[in-house]
Amino acid sequence: MALILDHVTYEYGSGTELLVRALDDVSLVIPDGQFIGLIGHTGSGKSTLVQHLNALLVPTSGNIYYNGEDIHDKDFSRKRLRSKVGLVFQYPEHQLFETDVFTDVCFGPKNLGLDRKETELRAFQALKQVGLPDECFYQSPFDLSGGQKRRAAIAGVLAMKPEVLILDEPTAGLDPKGRDEILGLVSSIRKESGMTVILVSHSMDDVAEYVDRIIVMSRGGIRFDDEPKKVFAHKEELEEMGLSVPQVTDVMYALREAGWAVGTEAITIEEAKQEILKC
Amino acid sequence: MKIVKTKDLVFDYIRRDEEGNVEGITTAVDHVDLDVEPGDFIAILGHNGSGKSTLAKHFNAILMPTEGAVWVDGMDTADKDKLWEIRQRAGMVFQNPDNQIIGQVVEEDVGFGPENMGVPTKEIWERVKESLKAVGMYEYRKYAPNKLSGGQKQRVSIAGVLAMHPKCIVLDEPTAMLDPGGRKEVIRAVRALNDVEKVTIILITHYMEEIIHADKVFVMDRGKVAMRGTPREIFSQVEKLKELRLDVPKVTLLAYELRKSGLALPEGILTVKELVEALDRLKAGDK
Amino acid sequence: MLKDITLGQYYQTDSVVHRLDPRVKLAATLLYICSLVTVKQAPGYVLAVLFLAVVIRLSHVPFRFMIRGMRSILLLLILTFFMNLFMIKGEVLVQFWKLSISREGAEMAVKMAVRLSLLIIGSSVLTLTTTPNNLMDGMEKALKPLKKLRVPVHEIAMMMSIALRFIPMLLEKTDRIMKAQMARGAAFDEGNLIKKAKSMVPLLVPLLVSSFQIAGDLAMAMENRCYRGGEGRTKMKPLQYKRRDYITYIVVLVYFAACIAAGRIVPFGRIF
Repeated sequence: MALILDHVTYEYGSGTELLVRALDDVSLVIPDGQFIGLIGHTGSGKSTLVQHLNALLVPTSGNIYYNGEDIHDKDFSRKRLRSKVGLVFQYPEHQLFETDVFTDVCFGPKNLGLDRKETELRAFQALKQVGLPDECFYQSPFDLSGGQKRRAAIAGVLAMKPEVLILDEPTAGLDPKGRDEILGLVSSIRKESGMTVILVSHSMDDVAEYVDRIIVMSRGGIRFDDEPKKVFAHKEELEEMGLSVPQVTDVMYALREAGWAVGTEAITIEEAKQEILKC
Repeated sequence: MKIVKTKDLVFDYIRRDEEGNVEGITTAVDHVDLDVEPGDFIAILGHNGSGKSTLAKHFNAILMPTEGAVWVDGMDTADKDKLWEIRQRAGMVFQNPDNQIIGQVVEEDVGFGPENMGVPTKEIWERVKESLKAVGMYEYRKYAPNKLSGGQKQRVSIAGVLAMHPKCIVLDEPTAMLDPGGRKEVIRAVRALNDVEKVTIILITHYMEEIIHADKVFVMDRGKVAMRGTPREIFSQVEKLKELRLDVPKVTLLAYELRKSGLALPEGILTVKELVEALDRLKAGDK
Repeated sequence: MLKDITLGQYYQTDSVVHRLDPRVKLAATLLYICSLVTVKQAPGYVLAVLFLAVVIRLSHVPFRFMIRGMRSILLLLILTFFMNLFMIKGEVLVQFWKLSISREGAEMAVKMAVRLSLLIIGSSVLTLTTTPNNLMDGMEKALKPLKKLRVPVHEIAMMMSIALRFIPMLLEKTDRIMKAQMARGAAFDEGNLIKKAKSMVPLLVPLLVSSFQIAGDLAMAMENRCYRGGEGRTKMKPLQYKRRDYITYIVVLVYFAACIAAGRIVPFGRIF
């Protein structure tokens, strides 16, 4: 059992009239090795939730455990936790600051107090892992293309060798090509390393094909937490939350409504095709 | 008269090293010919680096052509005396919702353009009111921009341009940084402007589902216009779109796959409704 | 969270003071500060306190907001009080060990403390009842004559108001970048001063980069909306004096005259 949230509530703006409850009594178990999609629209609390997992935010009430230890215990090292629970922020390229990409990726391992050899080895491995071409290693991060910058920033977190990798809307602002590349990258990293991955997104289409489990958040609470196909069975409730089922699933629902005897579980085009051809 | 017209438009980015010597030249826009009729809804599609944003920045004289020419409402953009008139006729909305709102209150931001144009105070208020109403943001007129959602900010930006009474609005990837809800809001507002106010719209985007309602679509690739036609004509060429690495709507892709498997579906299906109807017809025909 | 910080300290409500032209409020604040400098005797102080009390009453801003501004200068206030109390020599009132309090010292200490408090509360009234934007407008118009001396008044005002618009956003960005670097193991509060200063680099560089990005985008957006400096610009919310503004001018002038007069009439008055 890697990460456990026990009745976590987070409020901010106390003392003013505008008290906001960003997380409302959230309990959650995240076992090792799962690939999770965390879905919700802007303001649903999903970013707030993931910032609790590496102790960047402190819950107003409730506890968070990592491998059985309370992460807000006095003698628990939050720096070590942050290396084990790697968080890639939204638009992570905004955090790049060094003169070249390689040195920037070294920042994380260096902060962990590793020696130079180990630091550089990890940086090199991480850059290879994200598939950045060698000639980019010693370029200024600001000279890279949008997609490359984002890869470099993800490498900056991977270089700490986390056990849990959290990506907060890793595809935001990318074009479809860039989006597919990043999603493919995340999926392959996860296959190779077997680490726990939490992919935060507002789009079911982004995660539907990849993840084992989908957690749907709305207004600071968890509304659904199940395997993808079971979550997509709640089309109406999802739409009420401002979310939608994958486009393909949507087609299947429409066909069924029009009197076709099709199942509505299809996520990929291939599945949908087979289902329709059966009729 | 065409509202926007380009002839043999070429734009080169010159890269220089630290001493200012020319390192190389990148041709971002490569001999583009384009006509936009007044009142049209035009979409320009392409992925990042295809030259679509560079092209758009020529439409209101932010960039000047290296070769060829651009006319806005009959005015050559190279004519420096017409600069402000061109910018008033063809207003532009940019990608980042945070970096284009100047005012500290929504209504003051919308009034910014008319203020610069020297519109009398009373008329500014009228323009602000009608523009905010046109994008459905009038109730938010007293809000601070940083209290709004991304989609709302973009609608304020659109209102800011609208208040200058342009003939044409160019939107440069207005939805790229928004979530699906915000994206829908903005596209709905843009379509309403085109339908109701008859403003010419040039929408630059990489989301294909946003162009379904366009009158005409231009697909850009490596600085050139790779495809042009109605949305249906464009979506009929699934293979070519895939080759250009564009995101074909899943419905269109599904219909395409079903066709390949032998179902006699028409080409260029754009919406779920169309697919269901086509399948229904097919089924009825079978009986 | 950093983004909860609101800039300035404008208190949103509707009152006569809120509706006054910012130029009037600026002038009144300046004159009030002047009056504090000129008053030396008890009647003057009474007048100054009364005047401020009436203004506060009219502004509908709760008193606790007024004294909020005091918190930041509390230390200074206490320091001045004791400096005056012990340093000024004269007729000795109390003496213990090496310290002595003189009559003159005690008098000065109380006067300075009252003066400083009135000064802070008085200027708080201005910022509490005027939006930063409004204030900037007022300054721009009030300083217009300086344009003849080639002072770019409009440009300065525009810069200030844009800065005000973007500071909350930059604070939010700072918060994000800080957290992103902490997620990479950075610590911003460890070590000595030099180490701390060094640890700011990963925060400041990205912040600078995004500031330039914002500046570039913003310049483009402004040009796109036909901004070309202050020439030929009209105003959506032009400043125009109303009757209440003229009345206020008169009231404030009368108050100022009264302050001076109070000093003359009771030349030898004493607080104690």
